[in-house]
Amino acid sequence: MHFMTALEIIISASLLSAAPLIFTALGGVFSERSGVVNIGLEGLMIMGAFISIVFNLTFSHALGAWTPWIAVVVAMLVGGLFALIHAAASISFRADQTVSGVAINFLALGVAMFLIKNIYGKGQTNTISEYFQQVDVPGLSHIPGIGKLFFQGITYPSYIAILIAILVWFILYKTPFGLRLRSVGEHPMAADTMGINVVKMRYFAVFLSGVFGGIGGAVYAQSITLNFSSSTISGQGYMALAAMIFGKWNPLGAMGAALFFGFAQSLSIVGNSIPYLKEIPSVYLLIAPYVLTILALAGFIGRAEAPKADGVPYIKGER
Amino acid sequence: MSNRTLNLLIPVVSVILGLLAGALIMLVSGYNPVDGYIALWNGAFGQAFYVGETLRLATPYIFAGLAIAFAFRTGLFNIGAEGQLIVGWIAAVWVGVAFDLPKVIHLPLAILAACCAGAFWGFIPGLLKARLRVHEVIVTIMMNYIALHTSNYLIRNVLSKQQDTTPHIHHSASLSSPFFQKITDFSTLHNGIYLALVAVVVMWFIIEKTTLGFELKSVGFNQSASEYAGMSVNRSIILSMVISGAFAGLGGAMEGLGNYGFAFLQSNFSGIGFDGIAVALLGGNTAPGVLIAAVLFGALKVGSLNMPVDANVPNELVNIVIALIILFVASGYIIKWSLARLKREAK
Repeated sequence: MHFMTALEIIISASLLSAAPLIFTALGGVFSERSGVVNIGLEGLMIMGAFISIVFNLTFSHALGAWTPWIAVVVAMLVGGLFALIHAAASISFRADQTVSGVAINFLALGVAMFLIKNIYGKGQTNTISEYFQQVDVPGLSHIPGIGKLFFQGITYPSYIAILIAILVWFILYKTPFGLRLRSVGEHPMAADTMGINVVKMRYFAVFLSGVFGGIGGAVYAQSITLNFSSSTISGQGYMALAAMIFGKWNPLGAMGAALFFGFAQSLSIVGNSIPYLKEIPSVYLLIAPYVLTILALAGFIGRAEAPKADGVPYIKGER
Repeated sequence: MSNRTLNLLIPVVSVILGLLAGALIMLVSGYNPVDGYIALWNGAFGQAFYVGETLRLATPYIFAGLAIAFAFRTGLFNIGAEGQLIVGWIAAVWVGVAFDLPKVIHLPLAILAACCAGAFWGFIPGLLKARLRVHEVIVTIMMNYIALHTSNYLIRNVLSKQQDTTPHIHHSASLSSPFFQKITDFSTLHNGIYLALVAVVVMWFIIEKTTLGFELKSVGFNQSASEYAGMSVNRSIILSMVISGAFAGLGGAMEGLGNYGFAFLQSNFSGIGFDGIAVALLGGNTAPGVLIAAVLFGALKVGSLNMPVDANVPNELVNIVIALIILFVASGYIIKWSLARLKREAK
């Protein structure tokens, strides 16, 4: 196989698997930057995937090609609302945030599968007919050289994910809102003294993490699996969490890490059809994202420091 | 109300609230909650066979619960019980398949292998936490996936020749019990339950009766104070994770040597390690509590399989109930607050 063709396949497959990770990791950045640990990303993705597939199957006749996009909007809303359970438990009820996140993951899978069986009477939905297709971007795909590599056979959500990551970076680091959100996660008491409503800020950040997790799940289900069952989201949320940490709680870093994980994932899938890679046992590529995250945390690839007040409930008046 | 009563009351109230919420969900989605719960009860305890199945599932739950509870006492959250369980499973099956020895040597050897594999899988996050202050939650999650993919690779390429399952373990390494099979109508209950009970006592003894346990608990309460009192915090952290991993690894041996007798390719986690988190939390991170909680969750999970059959209720309802129980236990603050309020109003 020609080298360029191999590269085209790898890039398009990487971007396909990276998009949901980018969205979900951005959700994690919002939540953890405000000081709420969010292990529940997996559950938020499950909710997003579930509702988008149900919506898609129900309304695809009426909405046609717009269905997947509107399903993403619905998933944003449902993901956000679902995340409020995590917010209530960990912010108002002072539950251990990691435990609450684990409970969210259980709850999401339980609720989703219960409703799937209730609605469809079986453990797996039908395959959707309207989904995010891999397209050639008009105009851009004809640029010699890079056109074929970056603008052919790629879904639109992949581009949007990258643009949104830049936007989130801008919001977090260049706007007053972003400064307030980060201050709540670093030193909530100081933020409170300056008149920032810590509780409201954290609720909103967790809501946003649900919105983004919802998008991530919806994009994953509507571009990769195309149906919903109990194994649709199996670890993507945890991988997004890894991307967020690998990216040092920074939106652009998280995006870079998600792209890299997407790359590793795609290599393990398409590697069989590419010379040289065939010789490497796929297990190395499968475990690469996780090993790298551990190495990153251990400081071999620059130290990853969490926001100071990450995981600490804020109790007014307590020193 | 004393703290002791409160600590007992919160799990009980949480379970009741969880079951009530489950009933409400059944009612709203058009099922009969009474039928649903009767089916659940019958599916868990209705016949000798079901009792056997409940206890069989409780066996690995006890180990996973002990693993997580043990680490919790040192202030560590071991989400990696799942991965430690998988490596223990593989190690036990490996020894069970590869050797042909008399039972008195073979079975303990296979169990020991699982124990060591799990301990090693817990040692890595323990070491990283102790030496480099890397958060154990993230490392153990990552270790879970490494365990999953590596074990799948080993099953396919080392333990079998491109098959989906390993060969069956030799009978000399098996935990299966003709006695239990006879009294429980051929359920899969096996001798591992004895080992689980021993493990409960061992954990209770280490935590409550030894200097080591005192040090581990002390580190869990306050690291700086423990350091100042002359305890080695780093050693405690590593040791706690190693023992925790060993418990989880033994849970894997229960599946490998008792329940299945082989290992197979898994596309996703068994969930036992994650359910162990629920078991540990509900059990208040104490050994006797874990035992009770493990039997309760074993009953819920096994009983749920009867719900679609007898009452037409999807068995996933039980997963919702379990998730809600964890949420309620974790939100103990609000339960304490409401109880205190109720009491004040009663006065």
